[in-house]
Amino acid sequence: MGKKLLLANDHVPGIQSYEVYRKHGGYASVEKAIKTMKPEEVVEEVKKSGLRGRGGAGFPTGMKWSFLAKPEGVARYLVCNADESEPGTFKDRYLMSRIPHILIEGMITSSFALGANTSYIYIRGEYYYVAQILEKAIAEAYANGWLGKNILGSDYSLDLYVQVGGGAYICGEETALLESLEGKRGNPRIKPPFPAIAGLYGCPTVVNNVETIAAVVPIVNDGGDAYAAIGIGKSSGTKLISASGHINKPGVYEIEMGITVEDFIYSDEYCGGILNGKKLKAVVAGGSSVPVLPADLIITTANGEKRLMSYESLADGGFATGTMLGSGGFIVMDETTNIVENLHTFARFYHHESCGQCSPCREGTGWMEKILHKILDGHGTLEDVDLLWEIQRKIEGNTICPLGDAAAWPVASAIRHFRHEFEEFVKNPNGIKKVKHYESTQNLVTA
Amino acid sequence: MEKKEIKFNEETMALVNNMISRYPEGKHKSALLPILHLAQAEFDGWLSPEVMDYVASILSIQKIEVYEVASFYSMYNLQPVGNCLLEVCRTSSCWLRGANEIVEHIEKKLGIKEGETTADGMFTLKTVECLGSCGTAPMMMCGAQFHENLNFQKVDTIIEKLKADGKRKTYLDEVVVNHY
Ligand SMILES: Cc1cc2nc3c(=O)[nH]c(=O)nc-3n(C[C@H](O)[C@H](O)[C@H](O)COP(=O)(O)O)c2cc1C
Ligand code: SF4
Ligand code: FES
Repeated sequence: MGKKLLLANDHVPGIQSYEVYRKHGGYASVEKAIKTMKPEEVVEEVKKSGLRGRGGAGFPTGMKWSFLAKPEGVARYLVCNADESEPGTFKDRYLMSRIPHILIEGMITSSFALGANTSYIYIRGEYYYVAQILEKAIAEAYANGWLGKNILGSDYSLDLYVQVGGGAYICGEETALLESLEGKRGNPRIKPPFPAIAGLYGCPTVVNNVETIAAVVPIVNDGGDAYAAIGIGKSSGTKLISASGHINKPGVYEIEMGITVEDFIYSDEYCGGILNGKKLKAVVAGGSSVPVLPADLIITTANGEKRLMSYESLADGGFATGTMLGSGGFIVMDETTNIVENLHTFARFYHHESCGQCSPCREGTGWMEKILHKILDGHGTLEDVDLLWEIQRKIEGNTICPLGDAAAWPVASAIRHFRHEFEEFVKNPNGIKKVKHYESTQNLVTA
Repeated sequence: MEKKEIKFNEETMALVNNMISRYPEGKHKSALLPILHLAQAEFDGWLSPEVMDYVASILSIQKIEVYEVASFYSMYNLQPVGNCLLEVCRTSSCWLRGANEIVEHIEKKLGIKEGETTADGMFTLKTVECLGSCGTAPMMMCGAQFHENLNFQKVDTIIEKLKADGKRKTYLDEVVVNHY
């Protein structure tokens, strides 16, 4: 069994409640930080831990924290990104609904480190019931003196609030999230300025993923060095992986970084192998935005080394033969899977979720969805496959926020590794199983 | 639907004020998204222009500021919907585990197409993007309740239960938390 830091107690009955969480050592990091450490010392431990953002980009958290501007007399904010909408990702929901207090505890310790006196958890609207669980946990934390004025008799005060979103993937992008938190449309902002300088209400702000904030708890409790000793190289610590698709045991697994992908897919401790004894065809390893890899390349790198569950190993080979750890949304496809059709679900998703500010993304995502639809409908041509390639190439790198890239990469990788499947569809349209393709539904939201 | 006066009841108004109190002075517009959820739940499951104007007046902001937000986010309905809005996820992980078949099954069972409402106003069927329940696919949501690991039989049971209950489901409902 690998080491567990976040989910160590997830099967303890009643762990959702304050009493049980506290009995199992909960809120120790707040006590330690506020009573025995200076805020800078907490930041230093996080730096030492090597913790990298768990929301997808993997940016070193300690470094991000040290960029936070601290002008005199200006409020600073910590905002937790609980928008979790990347297809294939459901770890934050699991963590928040199972052990809500670990997020609250992490928010308090992190807010103390950053000198924030008001913090927000922005959660996607579809997780309304999870927001209620958090609200309850926050109320318990207030009632027990962990939140509010002069926490533990110190001069540090903190208010913590939850805000629910309205249903929009783009609000996971940190500047779109801040716009949404200000009560506006979720249009990403042009950067710079970065949130560390001008974020919520124009004030210095740190935005971190749920899992990142929760990881601060064991880091402060056991020290940054102890955290850094877990995992492999620059991928320190543990990672929550959301496993879904054609596997025997879908679910959320806390892994120690550095286990092999093969072990993760086939061992009974994790995914338990492919459903119905079928063969593995492909994996999307880090949420819908990362490149899809065929079975051979996900199990071993192009150099013939065993691929590991870590930032570096999954990225080995660049986009030619590698992928990314991303959000840890691990989608497994068996040998019967139609790659083009799966890609169509992603293309439709990005088209639906584009905020529409940049033409390459707004138009390009629509084109890609339509062309894939056309191919699946049996009317595609070989030129369409080339056109798809051209469109994705023109979106990538030419947009305000990374959603454009995220829409381009799945298309590029599917063509790169499975071009023959697109061509088969085009050459042999009669061979296509009659399938129904649902268009993007805007029907209920157009006035 | 009988015409009712557009005004939050006292309990909701207290919640609205609680929302507004969460933000710094002068930043009360931040409460817009949560208040729109409260409004949709209280006023028949959708945001009519009158309801949106009412929300604008509560927050002392321009009406257009409410319209532009309500039309941006997918959870706000700008047209009436049935008592039970069935939102079926059809993105990759759910598609891999049979989401299209679930949608077809519901269409047949209710005699409506995706995007339509049954004649009795009980059900509206909508397909949506990933709801963060990919490990328990296929899934759908009705009100705040996630229905996971669906199969045809399970869908039938859910629909029968919703019918028997007859009440409008909202995102603010209490839910049964199903820990997989
Ligand atoms: C389109 C898009 C969607 C995103 N969605 C999420 C999300 O749902 N949750 C999240 O934590 N980060 C998401 N991110 C990343 C955030 O912009 C940001 O990098 C992250 O919240 C930073 O936190 P971290 O450093 O702790 O990972 C998204 C980014 C993009 C471009
Ligand atoms: S890349 Fe797409 S989602 Fe991002 S700002 Fe541009 S249009 Fe909006
Ligand atoms: S793909 Fe359906 S819930 Fe994620």
